[in-house]
Amino acid sequence: MRRRILLAIFLALASTAHALDGQIGIHDPSTLIKCDGKFYVYGTGGTPLVSDDGWSWRAGTVPPFTGLAPDVIGLGHRYYMYVARNVGGQPKAEITLLSNQTLDPDSPHYKWENGGIVASTDGVEDCNGIDPGLLLDPTTGKLWLTYGSYFGYIRLVELDPATGKRTDAKFMDIAINCEASIMIFHDGWYYLLGTHGSCCQGANSNYNLRVGRSRHVAGPFFDHDGVDMMEGGGKLFLGSESRLVGPGHFGRYELGDGVEVFSYHYEADLDRGGASVLAIRPLLWRDGWPVAGENAKAGTYMIESVRTGTALELSVEGVPLTLGRRGGPPGPGGPGGPPSAAGGPSASPASVAAQPGPQGPAGSAGAAFAPGPGGPGSRPRPSNGPPIPPQDVTLVSKKWPEGNIATRMDNYLDQAQQKWTLSPAPLAGGYPGAPYFKITVAGTDRALAATAEGELTTVPAFTGAPEQLWAVQQLTDGTYRIMPKAVPGSKASLALSAVGSGLATLAKFDANSDRQRWNLKGL
Amino acid sequence: MNPLRALCRVTVAALAGFALVARATDTPPRLGVDASPSLKTPASPSSTLGPKGFLSRWLLLEPIPGDGRVIDSAVQAAAKKEYFPNQFTILPRAGDKETVNGADYLWHAIDTIHHNVNLYHFAYFLGKPRSNVVFWGVTIIESPEETSGVRLAVGSNAGSVWWVNGQEVVSIYGDRQTSIDDGVSPKLTLKKGPNIVRFLVVQNGGMVDCCARFLDANDQPLTQLTQTLTMPSP
Repeated sequence: MRRRILLAIFLALASTAHALDGQIGIHDPSTLIKCDGKFYVYGTGGTPLVSDDGWSWRAGTVPPFTGLAPDVIGLGHRYYMYVARNVGGQPKAEITLLSNQTLDPDSPHYKWENGGIVASTDGVEDCNGIDPGLLLDPTTGKLWLTYGSYFGYIRLVELDPATGKRTDAKFMDIAINCEASIMIFHDGWYYLLGTHGSCCQGANSNYNLRVGRSRHVAGPFFDHDGVDMMEGGGKLFLGSESRLVGPGHFGRYELGDGVEVFSYHYEADLDRGGASVLAIRPLLWRDGWPVAGENAKAGTYMIESVRTGTALELSVEGVPLTLGRRGGPPGPGGPGGPPSAAGGPSASPASVAAQPGPQGPAGSAGAAFAPGPGGPGSRPRPSNGPPIPPQDVTLVSKKWPEGNIATRMDNYLDQAQQKWTLSPAPLAGGYPGAPYFKITVAGTDRALAATAEGELTTVPAFTGAPEQLWAVQQLTDGTYRIMPKAVPGSKASLALSAVGSGLATLAKFDANSDRQRWNLKGL
Repeated sequence: MNPLRALCRVTVAALAGFALVARATDTPPRLGVDASPSLKTPASPSSTLGPKGFLSRWLLLEPIPGDGRVIDSAVQAAAKKEYFPNQFTILPRAGDKETVNGADYLWHAIDTIHHNVNLYHFAYFLGKPRSNVVFWGVTIIESPEETSGVRLAVGSNAGSVWWVNGQEVVSIYGDRQTSIDDGVSPKLTLKKGPNIVRFLVVQNGGMVDCCARFLDANDQPLTQLTQTLTMPSP
């Protein structure tokens, strides 16, 4: 039984990184889109999924017109869906425009209107007119549609953002031998993402996401190695990982405040019987290229402020690590000390001198230094010693207060009050890509919480209250934003924020500052 | 490529209760390769390479039925199978005929206007099948001098095997699309004068094409080569 429990825990943790919650079976998902507070994606054959938070998903309502690999965009007060069908043997295909005032089937305004065919291929020309992807160009306001699927070229056509229909009959070839193309714009560059490899073969699909970029919407799009996507180029954006096989059908979604995610599918999630599933991950930018980020994972971390380089910790007197063979553990009076329940500039762990232990002067030379040949008191010389065991939180926490304990920040010293465990909070919902986490002092149930005053504290035990639930979202530079689900008595949306070098508080997120950026360093 | 793609997508749709209607591709016309948007009959005895060095002139044999399997062993088995006599040494002329299992197949000389040789175009505009077939191609590279340390870099949709001067030098397998320099040979030496490059592309379904060029020791394309389709007189 214990092994089964351990296995269950392992699988739960292992699947936390990328798998979403609920009903997520889909193939060829459209770009994640939000309408009236709900998230939607549509896949081949209709197969819509809907979510209240972007984490837990359920089946939605199938539109009246379905087909292959739709894409959806919101323009003004309408939503435009482009959906393809092969109308003969491929590559004879056409892409049809549908539009609706809302994506919510419960709305009285929910009514799909067929806007006709916006692109087609005749079965002979070098393009398979499926897999539409949309870009509203932020620099020009123009609407662009790319489409194509392996059979020859990826094509670019212009649409009228007022109607969703073609502006003219012109098209441009911008890539070859890929599919599920879509463009995004970032910092003066147009990025063309496409899916290479084979699809629809379950665990044997070698789908992988590739990208090229251009200063011009019509290309040419080159990869990082200078290979034109018209010659099959493409920088790898995301390939198969672990037991998740065949990522494809990229779609970018901006959460605001500079936080970006991308939606896609895996051809096969081997932990779900090889099902094709929806996934959402952070979108990062490095050296001018998009990078697939990582949703926060369950684990134990140092939470380090990007601004200060100091680590979040309980505001208690730290205990120096148990010393090695020439140091010895602190004496019985050493562990713990009067906590600083109020937080603030109390004594830092580094400055607390532990009591001498039975084997030597704790707090002086550690295992990495041995006394010189002249005996005690001479200059220590470097030498290896046995590993110093991790601090036992059950011992060092005995002198921690029983009630709430404030937090502060200090230099990291691998002490118990500096280690935080992120665990998905069951049935607590989440945000696009990940669940809310509880953040506890490692090895304890003491949980990080927001206070009504907009400060941080820790409560003795996690209760699941909203102020104890945390969104841990990776930002475009790879650091993390940590936000409570709720602040008691407030509707403010606040994030963990560094004040000076010694205090963490909550403050409104500022994308242009390092104050709310944190590194999660796995322990 | 990706013959399973349409099928599986149809399956997905059908599972969702929405059947898609698929029918066989229309019977292709027999217009000849010059009707193709990418292939033309060569208009001169020899051709030079473009700035990216892609081999653009080939003799292509009309597609021969294959089993459509593109895994490593199947492609290698196809490459070892004897389809017609002297298939690894023959230097045909346009219009020559090979007989395979009682059926006749003609060689055609083509220039491609793109970096890739669109074998789908080739087959389509000859009114030939494009699925579950194999394509043979051969060309002659004239090197102005002996050049060592070069590599043959190829791409194909789907699997392919390539020979230089009768030696197999690179193979790529599986359900893949054509990317330049997808498969790269070990270092080779091109002889001064004619060198023979030959390929076999194994097709399952959908798009089928390939491309090839030689790279120098710095991974830069060799462009100082010419292509012909007939051996020079001794």
